[in-house]
Amino acid sequence: MKQSTGTAIVQPRRVPMLEMRDLTKKYPTPKGDYVVLEDLQLKIMPEEFVSIIGHSGCGKTTLLTMIAGLNEISDGDILVNELPILGPGPERAVIFQAPSLFPWMTTLENVLLGVRQVFPHGTKKEQLDICKYYLNRVGLSEALDRKANQLSQGMQQRVGIARAFALKPKILLLDEPFGMLDSLTRADLQDVLLEIWDKEKITALQITHDVDEAIFLADRVIMMTSGPRAQIGDILKIEFKRPRDRKSILNHPDYYHYRKHLIDFLER
Amino acid sequence: MSDFTISVDKKPFALFDRVKSLRIAPPPRKKLLDLFKNLAISLLSMLVFLLVWQLGSSYLFNMEASSKIEKARIDQGDAAAAELQMCINSGNTSCQPNTLPSPAQVWSAGGVLWSDHVMIARKKVEFKQKVAETNQQRRAEGLTPIRYTGRPSFVDQIFTSIKTVLVGFLISLLIAIPVGTVIGLNQTLRTSVNWLIQIFKPVSPVVWLLLVFMIVKTVTLNSGLDTSFIISSISVGLCAMWATLVNTSLGVSSVNEDYLNVAKVLKLGVFKKIYRVILPSAIPLIFTGMRITVSVAWMVLIAIELLAQSPGLGSFVWEEFQNGANDSNAKIIVAMFVIGIIGFLLDRIMYWIQQSVSFEKAMA
Repeated sequence: MKQSTGTAIVQPRRVPMLEMRDLTKKYPTPKGDYVVLEDLQLKIMPEEFVSIIGHSGCGKTTLLTMIAGLNEISDGDILVNELPILGPGPERAVIFQAPSLFPWMTTLENVLLGVRQVFPHGTKKEQLDICKYYLNRVGLSEALDRKANQLSQGMQQRVGIARAFALKPKILLLDEPFGMLDSLTRADLQDVLLEIWDKEKITALQITHDVDEAIFLADRVIMMTSGPRAQIGDILKIEFKRPRDRKSILNHPDYYHYRKHLIDFLER
Repeated sequence: MSDFTISVDKKPFALFDRVKSLRIAPPPRKKLLDLFKNLAISLLSMLVFLLVWQLGSSYLFNMEASSKIEKARIDQGDAAAAELQMCINSGNTSCQPNTLPSPAQVWSAGGVLWSDHVMIARKKVEFKQKVAETNQQRRAEGLTPIRYTGRPSFVDQIFTSIKTVLVGFLISLLIAIPVGTVIGLNQTLRTSVNWLIQIFKPVSPVVWLLLVFMIVKTVTLNSGLDTSFIISSISVGLCAMWATLVNTSLGVSSVNEDYLNVAKVLKLGVFKKIYRVILPSAIPLIFTGMRITVSVAWMVLIAIELLAQSPGLGSFVWEEFQNGANDSNAKIIVAMFVIGIIGFLLDRIMYWIQQSVSFEKAMA
């Protein structure tokens, strides 16, 4: 907006949802510290979907587990809404690489366990409704009462997605969530994920090996250099508008440009 | 949803891949044939077993008979030897060699034990009817009713043994599962009690019995309780609990890291974490331990009953051995089969329970 009236319109300061400040991770070894990450700086804005891509062992999983609170921070800070994190918590939901469902519970019970933690004061019906809503969104309304270990790997990961969204987290952390699936199922689940995400717009940070997945899902792709002392090597903004559709993205002329950019970085 | 109906997933851990298992499952007809074949093989091996037993027992019988006759010849002369020979051949019970009984003898001893049980059961009923009126009076007066105090039958002994082993099993679970859980949760505690487990685990049932005897005898002094039952069931429990204890602590301490991470992210409280995540995930191992505990309990029970002189199969075997009657040996062998079959059934029952509570496939 132009300053037509003469009074300055103060732009609301955009506060990052997630911020890493001078983040360092070292593991002590007999021969001195092994530095995985060093002085990493990264800001992720609300409603942003960020993919982190890099070779195995570059410390991207370490980064994600630190954000989740499952791994100690050696130095620096991780801030959520400008407040430093203290340990793990459901406001930073994680979709793990292995679906990590409890095999002795049904699909519904697996989701309900988390929902009851987050909405302890809701009535039983409200809690169940939340679970059913998200399980429906991932296409599992028919499998509510099946034991988790009777589901295929792909269905288990659908439950994993429902479980994470049902927590209504501030931040969604995805640790190569589709890495264990075959390519057909992977594409299905990417669509499922994007469909829910387009509705909920939860700030998301995803780790992946897969160049196409990184582009398809993210607003920004962060490329990490190989460790030790891994750092952010390059950042690529993906300008496709949302909601995205796989077919039109694959046919988009920019797609191959983005793809080449990422592959050039990874093969450097 | 596509992967919901047509399963296109390639599962790295295809434990529950139904489609696949259907495809490789043999047709029902072949299954039936396999069952039949297995049955035939089992029957055949039983026949071989009986044959070897029969040959062995008749060999031992002849060996002892000829040595007896030889001895008679040396001690008392040819006439006595011939008489003994005749006596043995006639099947007279007074002069039979006392050795490994043949299958037929064991079978008939089983029949004897059963008809003995039927007789005792009838006696009990008669006794009950006889004292029914008196007992009613006694109850009205606040006195304890008169109970049947006659000799227990073989079947009664079996049930006493099963009762003892069940109580012992319960005692071992009540100790082993809570203790195993607590030490499984805490590495320091686990290290600190490890020596105790390692030292006491291999201690023989006999020694446990003596220890329990020392304590129970003092505790129940002047209480008029049936100490032999208490002593033998506690001893059984203490001997058998170690497998469950060790397995519980192992199961609790080795919960999948991913499950614990989920629990952390969900911020489950301590008790919820134990109750909803750690214990369920340890259940397959706990039940494996319990299955071992039942087998051990049954095995040590016989030895403990024998020593504690508490009624049951153990004391039955011992009394028959001391008795030395003509069919004692055959009765001992009958007891042996009964003990084995009950042990097998107990293990099967535990296996079924293990299957029904476990989310993993149990080892058969």
